Amino acid sequence: MRVNVRSLRKAGFLLLGAALMLLAGLSFYNSRHLKEPVVLGPSVTEVKKLSDYFEGLEGTINDANVYVLEGQEPGGSVLILGGTHPEEPAGRLATWILAENAVLEQGRLFLILSANRSGTTVTRLGGAYPPDYSIETPWGERTFRMGDRWSNPLDQWPDPEVYIHYPSRQELAYMDIRNLNRTWPGRANGTLTEKTCFAIIQMIKEEKIDIAIDLHEAELQYPVISVIVAHEKGQDLAAMTSMMISGMGGFDLGMENSPHALRGLSHREIGDHTDAISLLLEAPEPMLDATRGRTDRKLLLEGKDEFVVKAGEHGLLFEKIDENGWPIDVRVGRHCSAILQILELWTEDHPERGVVVTSVPRYAEVIENGTGAYLHDHRKVSPARLRFE
Amino acid sequence: MIITILYYVLIGFIAGLILWNLFKTRKWQDELLYVIILMPFILRLLRLK
Repeated sequence: MRVNVRSLRKAGFLLLGAALMLLAGLSFYNSRHLKEPVVLGPSVTEVKKLSDYFEGLEGTINDANVYVLEGQEPGGSVLILGGTHPEEPAGRLATWILAENAVLEQGRLFLILSANRSGTTVTRLGGAYPPDYSIETPWGERTFRMGDRWSNPLDQWPDPEVYIHYPSRQELAYMDIRNLNRTWPGRANGTLTEKTCFAIIQMIKEEKIDIAIDLHEAELQYPVISVIVAHEKGQDLAAMTSMMISGMGGFDLGMENSPHALRGLSHREIGDHTDAISLLLEAPEPMLDATRGRTDRKLLLEGKDEFVVKAGEHGLLFEKIDENGWPIDVRVGRHCSAILQILELWTEDHPERGVVVTSVPRYAEVIENGTGAYLHDHRKVSPARLRFE
Repeated sequence: MIITILYYVLIGFIAGLILWNLFKTRKWQDELLYVIILMPFILRLLRLK
């Protein structure tokens, strides 16, 4: 009789464990497989894959969509990368707005919304991040995967003791072998993350990209924040953009030179290994700060955190913050305005290689109307004009 | 790839050991503990985490 009671108890514990595993497993599965719709905007003429430029990515999770927007008039080509670090959502959302709204009058725009798609399918291990977040729109909600800074270990594993960057052989932190912004220019026989960079480099060369813009967000305790980081080829363009935005754009945007000594970053390696000008934009994201409080969707979208504010009172931050925080619309709006300003200045200086874009909201418009106002109802679109990330 | 396969074999072996201990123990506290520590191993085997 005693044995039976014990067996029943063991079975009960196992059932309880199975139920908890089911709940956790479903959350992990949904986080990895959530479909993010993209309504193709009026100027999207083609959706390519990264494997069109490098076969080695075919069939992998990082074979990302490449949205090609073409104008009536020939001109230059610009690449915008969102989702290099998927846990910095303003960059992805800005590319979403461009893909769904931009009208190209001249030149071509190449958009990658999930540069490290593997990184969008996992959240920070042990970080208690929300698995996803939703943006309010006039027609309902659009839900996006939260993502992480690094590729999913399910897709690239194990990490080395020390990551040795190719080709510089600089020693970097072990986990940065899965960081898309530490593995440029990549290599054909490397890890998944290195192959992804290699594919994008091939695309930049093949499509004769003039400017590559990599969209990011940064913690307020990090000195490189609210800036354009520019390769030396793009210093004039970045400096002019910084002056124009800070003078008339409605917010301050600084400029930093890409350091020669720090390898693997897009602003350094794309500029060094291709003909393109490489720029990187940083917006403030309090959720990334180590001293933050509860890490939830509210903090991600509203950017309000009393502990980060307290850190600011003690002079520990490189960007200001008050009770209004850094809402997602402000961060997305900064990226939209900076991109438009870069394109305008480039086109002024290089009319034959110009890229003229309209119908994309600027900073003040995104804040006034909200990011969701520029995301279209995917339920009312024909399948031919719909893609998923 | 070989390292990954070996890793999953190792995970399966340890999960088996935990299950074996769960069936052998007579203390309910240990049974509960074994069930809790078994969960991440199973989630890894299923490639969910």
